Amino acid sequence: MSDQKKTKRRDFIFTASYTLGAVGVGATVWPLIDQMNPDASERALASTEVDISGIERGQSITVLWRGKPVFIKRRTEEEINKARQVNLKELPDPEKDEDRAKNPEWLVMLGMCTHLGCVPLGNKGEYDGWFCPCHGSHYDTSGRIRKGPAPTNLEIPKYEFISNSTIKIG
Amino acid sequence: MKNIIKYIFFVIIVVSYNSNSFGAENSAKLLNPGWSFKGFTGTFDRASLQRGYQVYTEVCAACHSMKYLSYRNLSEPGGPEFSEEQVKIIASQFEVIDGPNSDGDMYTRAARLSDNFVGPYANEQAARALNGGAYPPDMSVLVKARKGGADYIYSVLLGYGETPSGVTLDDGVYYNTYISGNKIKMANPLTEGLVQYSDGTSATEEQMAKDVVTFLAWAAEPHLEARHKIGFRAILYLIVITILVYFSMKKIWSRIETEV
Amino acid sequence: MSDNSYTPDSKIGKWFNDRLPLLTLSKHLQDYPTPKNLNYWWTFGGILTFCLITQIVTGLILAMHYVAHADMAFESVEHIMRNVNYGWLIRYVHANGASMFFLAVYIHIFRSLYYGSYKSPREIIWILGMIIYLLMMMAAFMGYVLPWGQMSFWGATVITNLFSAIPLFGESITTWLWGGYAVGNPTLTRFFSLHYLIPFLILGLVVLHIWALHVPGNNNPIGIDLKKPSKDTVPFHPYIVIKDLFALLIFLIIFAFFVFYSPNILGHADNYIEADPMVTPAHIVPEWYLLPFYAILRAVPDKLLGVIAMFAALFVLIILPWLDTSKVRSAIFRPLYKQFYWFLVADVLILGYMGAMPAEGWYLLVARVATAYYFIHFLIILPVLGQKEKTLDVPQSITEPVLGGSANQSLAKEQKK
Repeated sequence: MSDQKKTKRRDFIFTASYTLGAVGVGATVWPLIDQMNPDASERALASTEVDISGIERGQSITVLWRGKPVFIKRRTEEEINKARQVNLKELPDPEKDEDRAKNPEWLVMLGMCTHLGCVPLGNKGEYDGWFCPCHGSHYDTSGRIRKGPAPTNLEIPKYEFISNSTIKIG
Repeated sequence: MKNIIKYIFFVIIVVSYNSNSFGAENSAKLLNPGWSFKGFTGTFDRASLQRGYQVYTEVCAACHSMKYLSYRNLSEPGGPEFSEEQVKIIASQFEVIDGPNSDGDMYTRAARLSDNFVGPYANEQAARALNGGAYPPDMSVLVKARKGGADYIYSVLLGYGETPSGVTLDDGVYYNTYISGNKIKMANPLTEGLVQYSDGTSATEEQMAKDVVTFLAWAAEPHLEARHKIGFRAILYLIVITILVYFSMKKIWSRIETEV
Repeated sequence: MSDNSYTPDSKIGKWFNDRLPLLTLSKHLQDYPTPKNLNYWWTFGGILTFCLITQIVTGLILAMHYVAHADMAFESVEHIMRNVNYGWLIRYVHANGASMFFLAVYIHIFRSLYYGSYKSPREIIWILGMIIYLLMMMAAFMGYVLPWGQMSFWGATVITNLFSAIPLFGESITTWLWGGYAVGNPTLTRFFSLHYLIPFLILGLVVLHIWALHVPGNNNPIGIDLKKPSKDTVPFHPYIVIKDLFALLIFLIIFAFFVFYSPNILGHADNYIEADPMVTPAHIVPEWYLLPFYAILRAVPDKLLGVIAMFAALFVLIILPWLDTSKVRSAIFRPLYKQFYWFLVADVLILGYMGAMPAEGWYLLVARVATAYYFIHFLIILPVLGQKEKTLDVPQSITEPVLGGSANQSLAKEQKK
C-alpha cells in the first residue's frame, strides 16, 4: 500500500519536472526565434510619404516601401477605360478596377510579381500593362493578371491621399 | 547541500572581489536620491521621465546629443510613454536633412517618429570649436558609460560649489566635488526655476537633476522595465524547477542507497 | 569501449546502427559507469558544456545583427540593445555568459588540481583542457574587442603590443596582426572572423576531451582506480544526468541574477564610450578572468621577460602532470599538498587583485612576490612534495568508506585514529 503511494508521488514529481521543464525551454526559445522578426526600427518605417506632384499623365514612378518597390502610376483616360471595360469573367482573379484604384487616375500597387517576386516591366506585355520577364506573366492596365503563371493580381498596399500631391503608403 | 552553500559562497567572493577591484578613484561619496528603477521590481517614474525629457530638451540638448534614441522611443512602453500624438508634435519641431530628392539635392524636412534625435552640432569638430575644445559627450548611454552610473551623474549635476582655496582654475573650467580631478568644463547647468514644469512640480535643482538623470537612465537602458519583469519571473521559475529537480534527484538516487 | 556488442531492439535501429553506430554511442553515454561518490565539484563539466552551447547560440544570433566595421560596430551593438526583439537579453546573456563560462572553468580546473585529476592516466584530458582554456581566453579577448568601445580598443592595443616584445620580428608581427599601423578596422574584422571560428574549435576539442575521459573513466574524490562497472559506479543516466541538471539549475539562478539585475557589473563603464584612438582611459584593465595573467605580465620589469613569464605561467600548467611527482591523486590523502593547494588558490586570487590595481608601490611588490610564488609552487614545491610527503592510507574501494556514511566523513574518522 505505502509502496504504491510512493510510486505515485515519484511519478508526480517526475511529471511536474518534465512539464515545467518543457514550459521553461519554450519560454527560452521564443526570444531566440523572435529576434529574427523585424526589429523596432524596421517596424517604425511602416509608412512612407511620396510626393506625386511631378508625375505626368501616363507616367509612373517606383518608390521603395518596406524594402519592396511600389508602382505609382498616373493613368491616361485610355488606360482607365481599357481597365474598366474588361469582362470580369475573363479574369483568372476577378476584381473590379474601381476597387483597385479608388481615384481612377492613380494606381498604387506593389511592384512584385505574385508568382515568385520579380519586378514586372511597365508598358509591356500583351495587355499593355506590366510584363514580368522572369516567367512571362502578363498584367493589364489595372495590374490584374491576365496570362502566365502568376496566381493573383498585383497587390494593392494600404495607402491614402494626404493631400493632392502626397500619398502616404502603409 | 553543504557543497552548494560553499559554492554560492565562492561566487559571492568572486563577485565582491571583482566589483571592489576597480574602486578607489574618487574619494567623495556619491549622492543618491533613491531611484525608483533600482531593485528587483524597479520601474521608472513616468512623470519623472517626462519632466526629465523636458529638462533634457530645454537645458542639456543645447550641447549634448542623444544620437541613439529615436522620437518613437518616447512613446514606447517602459519609457516616458508620451502619447503618439504628443511625440509626433515633438518630432515635428525638429528638422532633419533628407535626400537626395529627384533633383539630386538634399533638403530639410520635419522629423518623424522613426528619426533619431537631432543633435546640436554637425560633427565632433564643430562641437569642440564651440565649447573651448571640450566635446560634450553624447548622452544616449552616458549613465552606463560612467562608473557610479545614475548616482554619479546626479552628484556631478549637484556637485558645483565654492572653489576651495588653493585650487586655481583656468578660464572656462569649473570646480566640481564629484567629477574625477574635480575640474569640469561644463558650467553649472541647473539653477532653481530654470524650467517650468507643466505638472506643477517645483523646479528645484535637486528635482531637475533627479528627473533628468532618471530620463538618462532610461535612455541608456530602455528595456530596463522588461528586464526586471522577465528577470523576476525567470528567477522565480528557476527556483521552483530547481526544487522539483532536487526531489527528482533524491528519488532517483534513493534507488542506489538501498541496493548498496 | 566495452559495449561494442550492443544491438538495438528494433529492425530499423539495427539497420541504421550497422551503418552508423550512433545508437551504440548513445548507449555507451547512457551506461557510462561513473564513480558514485562524485561530489558537486564534478558537475562543472556538464555546466561548461551548457556554457559553450549558450555562447555559440547567442553568438550566432548576435552575429545576425552585429556589423563588424569600425564605424558601425558600436552603433550596431546599441541597435541590438534598443531595437532588436529581445536583443538586450541575448547580448547580456552572451556578455555575462563569458564570465560565467570562466567562473565555471576555473572551478573545473581547481577541482582537477585538488583531486589530482591531471595525473596518469589522464594527462591527455588535462592537456586538451588547457588548450581549450587557452582558446577560451583568445575568444573572450577578441569578443571583448567587437563592441568597439574604449576598453575594446585599448585592450586590443595593449594585448597585441605584447607581440612587439619579440626580438627582431616584433614590429612586423604586430603590424601583421593589426593589418595596419595601429588597431583599426582591419583588426576588428579579423577579430570578428576569428571570434566566430574559435568556439567551433573549442567544440571539437571538447569532444576529444570527453572521449579521452571515457577511456580511463572519471577520477573521483578519493582518487583511486575503480573496477568498472562495479558497486562503486553508477550508470551516467539517470544518476549523473539528474545531478548535473540540479547543479546546472543552481548555476543558472546565479547566471540569471547577473543577466537581469546587474548585467554590467562584470564589465567596464568605459566600454560604453565609443573607441577613440586619441584618448586612453585612465585605467586599462582586462576582464576579471584574465587579471592574474595580467598581473604576472606587469610584475616583470622587462617587456620581453614579462611576456615570457605570462606565457610560462600557462605552460607550467600544461606540463603539470609531469611536475607533480606524487603517486597519490587526491589531496584528501595528501595533508601537506592540501595546504599548498590553498596557498595557490590564495596566490592566484591575490594576483588577480593586483592585476586590477595600478602597477606601482606596494601593489607591484605584492604582485612580484605572488608571481614568484606561483612559479615556485609548480616548479619546486610540487616535484619535491611528491618525493617527500608522507601520505595517508588510501582505501581500496569507494564502497569501503561509504559503509560508514559519506566518503569524506569516514575518512575524517580514520584520520583521527
